[in-house]
Amino acid sequence: MATLQLQQVVKRFDNTTTLHGIDLDVADGEFVVFVGPSGCGKSTLLRVISGLEPASSGRVLIAGEDVSNRSAAERGCAMVFQSYALYPHMTVYDNMAFGLINSGVKKADVVRKVGEAARMLRLEELLQRKPTQLSGGQRQRVAIGRAIVRDPKLFLFDEPLSNLDAELRISMRAEIRDLHTRLGTTMVYVTHDQVEAMTMADKIVVLRAGKVEQIGAPLALYNRPANRFVAGFIGSPRMNFLPVAALGTALTQRLQLPVGADSVGIRPEHVVPDAAGAISLLITQIERMGSSSLVRGKIAHADAGPESGFEFVLNGQTELQERSLVSLDFPAAQLHCFDAQGLRMELAAQRHAA
Amino acid sequence: MSFIASCFFNLFEPLFRLGQRWLGLSRIAWLFVAPNLIIFGLFTFLPIIINFHYAMTAGVQIMPSQRPFVGTENFALLFECRDHFDLATCNQDLFWKAISNTSKFTVLQVILMMFFSLLTALVLNRKIIGRSFWRGVFFYPVLLSPVVVALLWKWILQKHGLLNAGLLAAGLDSREWLTDSGWSFFWVIFVSIWAHMGFYTLILLAGLQAIPREVYDAAEMDAASPWRTLYRITLPLLMPNLIVVVVLALIRAIQIFDEVFVLTGGGPGSATTFIVQYIYQVGFAEQIHLYGLAAAASLVLAAGILVLTLIQLKLSRAGKHGSKNGSKQER
Amino acid sequence: MRQFFTRTRGRTRLHWTDWLTYLYLFAGLLLMFAPVLWLVLSSLKSEAAISDFPPTLLPYTQKMVMLADEQGVQKLRPLFLVQGADGKPHQMVELRRIGIIATMVDAVHPEQQVKINIKLRTPVREVSVATGNYTGLFAKFNFLQNLNNSVFITVVATLITLLFNSMAAFALSKYRFRGQQTVLLLIIATLMIPPTIILVPAFLIVSGVGLFNSLWGVIWPAVATPTGVFLLRQYMLTIPDELIEAARMDNASEWRIYWKIVLPLSAPALAVLAIFSVMWRWNDFLWPLLVLSKPEKFTLQLALNSFQGELTTEWHYLLAMTVITLVPVTLVFAFLQKYIATGIASAGVK
Repeated sequence: MATLQLQQVVKRFDNTTTLHGIDLDVADGEFVVFVGPSGCGKSTLLRVISGLEPASSGRVLIAGEDVSNRSAAERGCAMVFQSYALYPHMTVYDNMAFGLINSGVKKADVVRKVGEAARMLRLEELLQRKPTQLSGGQRQRVAIGRAIVRDPKLFLFDEPLSNLDAELRISMRAEIRDLHTRLGTTMVYVTHDQVEAMTMADKIVVLRAGKVEQIGAPLALYNRPANRFVAGFIGSPRMNFLPVAALGTALTQRLQLPVGADSVGIRPEHVVPDAAGAISLLITQIERMGSSSLVRGKIAHADAGPESGFEFVLNGQTELQERSLVSLDFPAAQLHCFDAQGLRMELAAQRHAA
Repeated sequence: MSFIASCFFNLFEPLFRLGQRWLGLSRIAWLFVAPNLIIFGLFTFLPIIINFHYAMTAGVQIMPSQRPFVGTENFALLFECRDHFDLATCNQDLFWKAISNTSKFTVLQVILMMFFSLLTALVLNRKIIGRSFWRGVFFYPVLLSPVVVALLWKWILQKHGLLNAGLLAAGLDSREWLTDSGWSFFWVIFVSIWAHMGFYTLILLAGLQAIPREVYDAAEMDAASPWRTLYRITLPLLMPNLIVVVVLALIRAIQIFDEVFVLTGGGPGSATTFIVQYIYQVGFAEQIHLYGLAAAASLVLAAGILVLTLIQLKLSRAGKHGSKNGSKQER
Repeated sequence: MRQFFTRTRGRTRLHWTDWLTYLYLFAGLLLMFAPVLWLVLSSLKSEAAISDFPPTLLPYTQKMVMLADEQGVQKLRPLFLVQGADGKPHQMVELRRIGIIATMVDAVHPEQQVKINIKLRTPVREVSVATGNYTGLFAKFNFLQNLNNSVFITVVATLITLLFNSMAAFALSKYRFRGQQTVLLLIIATLMIPPTIILVPAFLIVSGVGLFNSLWGVIWPAVATPTGVFLLRQYMLTIPDELIEAARMDNASEWRIYWKIVLPLSAPALAVLAIFSVMWRWNDFLWPLLVLSKPEKFTLQLALNSFQGELTTEWHYLLAMTVITLVPVTLVFAFLQKYIATGIASAGVK
């Protein structure tokens, strides 16, 4: 049970800087997810928090104490690794007991704690098996069990679900959320999958190239992304972007786009086909899933730019056909506006709504 | 150069085409395997069978047909002792001295060499700059021929050699190292470790590097001290490799000959005479070539090696079912 | 205070265990290379310098000066340093020596001869490489012949090894034929039969075929290495079968497929085997010892061994010979160490 604070954490490897001054505040009991494309530094950040890597500069505070100079074992964290990192030659019981024994816990207590964790994760039957005799999901749970047993202040997860197949991933996601509800411990979770981030997090930290792009609750990031990167990263299918010039003068005036607006974005699920709409789309492909339809096409406008690929989603089934034109409208409330640097700009309409 | 190669190629092609038509596609493989098999057969398998014949015949003729059959007489000769507890009273006391020397040498050399090879592998496994250079440093002596190794140490161990010069300069006594029966044994062990340790270090290093780094991270988070990590994580995971390496080293050590022969010639006296040298001496070096006795002795040696090989097979099979790397993709 | 200690532990700065590590590594460097370096340095010393005790690090010989004696005979005479009456050391040349008294002259005043006790003088020395040790080898002994023998055996055996082993590996990796498993098993079995236990009968067979005292008697038994077959087979298994099938459809004979497709594609593995084979054959000792009894047939290793019996006092030649013997292998090490290491690691894992 602890808070986590990062103050200007910088990490350099030889001459490359992987983390450029990260600031972060995590409240007690929060489930925080670090998400970002590969190479953004999220795993490095996790390792710095855990103590496996020292920060080049900056401070890490756990439960208010500065642990920047402490070794990994002394920080009171527990980590679940991407490939589980179970000790292959030890039984499940020994794997979970190892950390406790090293810390000098008495045998009776070790047995009790391991038993509790095993019960919580339904591992009682497997205690005498070795990791090679377990399935992927079972190994996952042993890795989590090994972490729980140490009663840590902070749980750290390093992409724990990426080695599982899709079905297992969904059930394990639920189990981990469940665990969080039960234990109430602060958890820091790293993933590259924004769906995991959206469904599991209390707070999401979006990272790119070693910098924080935005921190906030999942819906906050969805509704009010701070910049183009976050807007395009969060939400599936991906947000559509258009240069302002492609909107046409009529639409631009109606939307009251602020001065300096360079591009706009709208999510596929918010686009509305409207016979009177100002945007014309040439449909190239329709994915008919039965429950919904994904329509892909190109914006028919000279200024649409090379990225004129555009998607929108309709509920249910549609009469629209490929190789035809459809007119679209962008509701002002759902439109996102960005300046030339990609930063979010407020729309007059939204200011009223907010 | 390539002209010779293409000549060679063209020479055999018609032969193979003919063979192909005659034997068919799957049996043409025999033609490819044949040269190797013939050599194996002629120089490895046939000798094994003939060895038994030699062991059971007497006389000084090399041709098997000219050797009178004597059954187990050669073995009886080897094992005949007035007093079985005092090996010096045996008929073939040199044989038993050789066996005793070989046993002592094998145990001592392998234990010491394994210690240093393991230590070096552990050191090389750390984060060091220029690891492949350092790995090469320890590996270099392995490439030298045993004769060269023996001669270069002999030069250092001379009465007026580098070692004695250094000792005298440090105020210690100099010695005649290779003519002292106790010290010559020591130096034989030292030189063979010096020459071979790099090979085993390489194999153990490969084994260490196969242990995934994440396991060490997990151990660090589990508050494992460096000693604990070594003792409860690294060594157990290295154990299958270590066992294979130890047995390999034992089999090699039992057959030591080249460097010892050149370094001490088996002396002083028979202080550093080992079993292969006995076989060589009895069968080829003495005035009278007692092929039968040599063959019998080599069968005793073969029995020892066979036991070790079987142990290795058993252990490596057991190892395969035991602990293996647990981090695989979910299936 | 505690902060200070914990901050320098491990991580960016060097930990005390890191210092120990590098100490161990440098000690290892010294132990592994110093003996060889000493060998090479010693081999460059003249016969006189070699018997010096305590030995010097670098090869020195005494400086010689061209001087005429009282009879006008010009020749190279040794130079010494003598403590003069004025307490300063003078350089003096020795004209002749009887017992412990030497007749010496000052180089600048050659008329004045002085008789000096040899105990009172020290030779003036300079660093000089005794290349005579090396050139003498070729002049005085059968050395060139021995070198040729070693080279011949190594090169020919390696070529044949590559050929035979690759053929066998090809058969065992790209075909499915009856008896394949047996052959594989036989080869594994051969791996476990050390040559030391079949010395006598193998010797019989070699003599029986008339190869006693022939270099071929050393070559033929050695070319069917099981390690080589395995190494190549492992590698050939990774060559896609489709290539071979396509060649068959192009009406290529199996020999052509082997020679023109599989062999070139196996080049890396062949290189590793070639290196191993060169090492093994160059360093062979026991088997050639049995098979070759005539000195002109000796390989370098045998020559070294027999010379150390005859030449216990002629170390300067023996050392030079030893250095020459280790040069090829050292070159292989210097340039191809990477291949050897990976080859052994993968073979060891098997």
